[in-house]
Amino acid sequence: MATAHSRALSRLMISPAVILLLLWMIVPLAMTLWFSTQRYNLLNPANTGFVGFDNYYYFVTNAAFWTSIWNTIALVGGVLIITVFGGIALALLLDQPFFGQGLVRIMVIAPFFVMPTVSALVWQNMFMDPVNGFFAHVARAIGLTPFDFLAHAPLASIILIVAWQWLPFATLILLTALQSLDREQQEAAEMDGANRLQRFVYLTLPHLTRAITVVILIQTIFLLSVYAEILVTTNGGPGTATTTLTYLVYVQSLLNYDVGAGSAGGIIAVILANIVAIFLMRMIGKNLDA
Amino acid sequence: MARKSSATAKIVTTGFAWAMALLIFFPILWIVILSFKSEGDAIATPLTMLSAPWTTATYTEVLNRSDYFGFFWNSVILAVGSTLMALLIAIPAAWAMAFQPGPRTKDLLMWMLSTKMMPAVGVMVPMYLLFRDLGLLDTRIGLLIVLTLVNLPIVVWMLYTYFKEIPTEILEASRMDGASLRSEILYVLTPMAVPGIASTLLLNIILAWNEAFWTLRLTTVDAAPLTAFIASYSSPEGLFYAKLSAASTMAIAPIVILGWFSQKQLVRGLTFGAVK
Repeated sequence: MATAHSRALSRLMISPAVILLLLWMIVPLAMTLWFSTQRYNLLNPANTGFVGFDNYYYFVTNAAFWTSIWNTIALVGGVLIITVFGGIALALLLDQPFFGQGLVRIMVIAPFFVMPTVSALVWQNMFMDPVNGFFAHVARAIGLTPFDFLAHAPLASIILIVAWQWLPFATLILLTALQSLDREQQEAAEMDGANRLQRFVYLTLPHLTRAITVVILIQTIFLLSVYAEILVTTNGGPGTATTTLTYLVYVQSLLNYDVGAGSAGGIIAVILANIVAIFLMRMIGKNLDA
Repeated sequence: MARKSSATAKIVTTGFAWAMALLIFFPILWIVILSFKSEGDAIATPLTMLSAPWTTATYTEVLNRSDYFGFFWNSVILAVGSTLMALLIAIPAAWAMAFQPGPRTKDLLMWMLSTKMMPAVGVMVPMYLLFRDLGLLDTRIGLLIVLTLVNLPIVVWMLYTYFKEIPTEILEASRMDGASLRSEILYVLTPMAVPGIASTLLLNIILAWNEAFWTLRLTTVDAAPLTAFIASYSSPEGLFYAKLSAASTMAIAPIVILGWFSQKQLVRGLTFGAVK
């Protein structure tokens, strides 16, 4: 008797969230899809018309497109490699007993809370600057020529900056997972004569698999849309050396005013992100049953 | 595990752990130090810089020359406002899904999460044009709406995972004792839900404070938060290390401190409950 009533009530409680998210997802995405098939340049807004897949063709055959795909893969891959391996090593270290655990944890997690524009500018100016940066001072002190990081290794520099922001995240999640490890099992294995490496490979690593997968998937989602770090440091340059797909869409639509081609790029970005998302959703969905 | 080497091991681990922590924390420590030096000293070699006199003049200068508090208030209003709006919408939804799960609750939750996977750049153009046509560019209300929607799925999810853990047996027990629905919600459920709501609030304020795509693209001056204020230093004039350091320190201090209090919730919130 209460069920019909309470079911109506819960529907009422859920609907605002559902309706808003539906609007948020469908309206702009439908518009992007529509624009992507239109000739639409903000500098010449009168000249519009249906062009089919021309915008996609134009965007994909643009010389910068494949560079941007490669840069995106290098950025996401580079940051993932550094943060996952670094994160595992750090988590294993911090999981041991040592003095001052609270303070160390606080210092390690801090970069994650630094806003992207701050970390990008601080690294660019105070550390990587070839004249006054910290690295330049150190290089001169030991008799080396200072290296202009953002001019000669721009993508690697941005990977370093972004990895610095995400290493704490990976470490924290892996550490949390490590702490739920079954100690008795470890001790039993130790008594049975398993050495440190064997215990790590056969006990710790399988236990961490899930956390590692989650780290990779969630970071990929965020890393695919890295934007502020590129905007304030290199503006996608020199040339297109640090232009990622996200950044190329921004350049195409808001700097070149070509809404049609920019939208086509946006749709391509959505498709790529969704491929990653499907795996992530499957992981989290599994957890929902447990 | 009483091992002979454990005391030595602990000391060695302590050394490594502190070395790594200092290495990671170093950039933040460095800008805090630089922010208390004069511009001239800030570009000197590190040793000269460290021995130079300490001063708070740079902070005074940043506060006098720029409208720091204007940006700061925008950050506060946007982060806190969008979080409260998201909570207002998400609490009833998460509540219903946790306590009255229907056959489609799981699909609904997964669908909500999927909206978070959509890259911002995919909808940037229409959002920009919509904002332009509706006169919402560079307004707080426009950005509040966007930030609320951007973080709504995370808020629903976090609340859901917390509410889900409230034991329903306690409800049955209070019902047996003759509690009405009203007193059930007021005296039994709410106190148990408050910690989860507080954690969600904290984490979401951090995420909204640091959001640097929409805040940079949809604002110029009036509604610009600290992310945009700092970005303006990317085309500086003259010496600016100390000023950038002071501005950065002021921009990140509140949120780094809040963040330290929310480490545990962070893992759970950002992994949508997959790692606890």
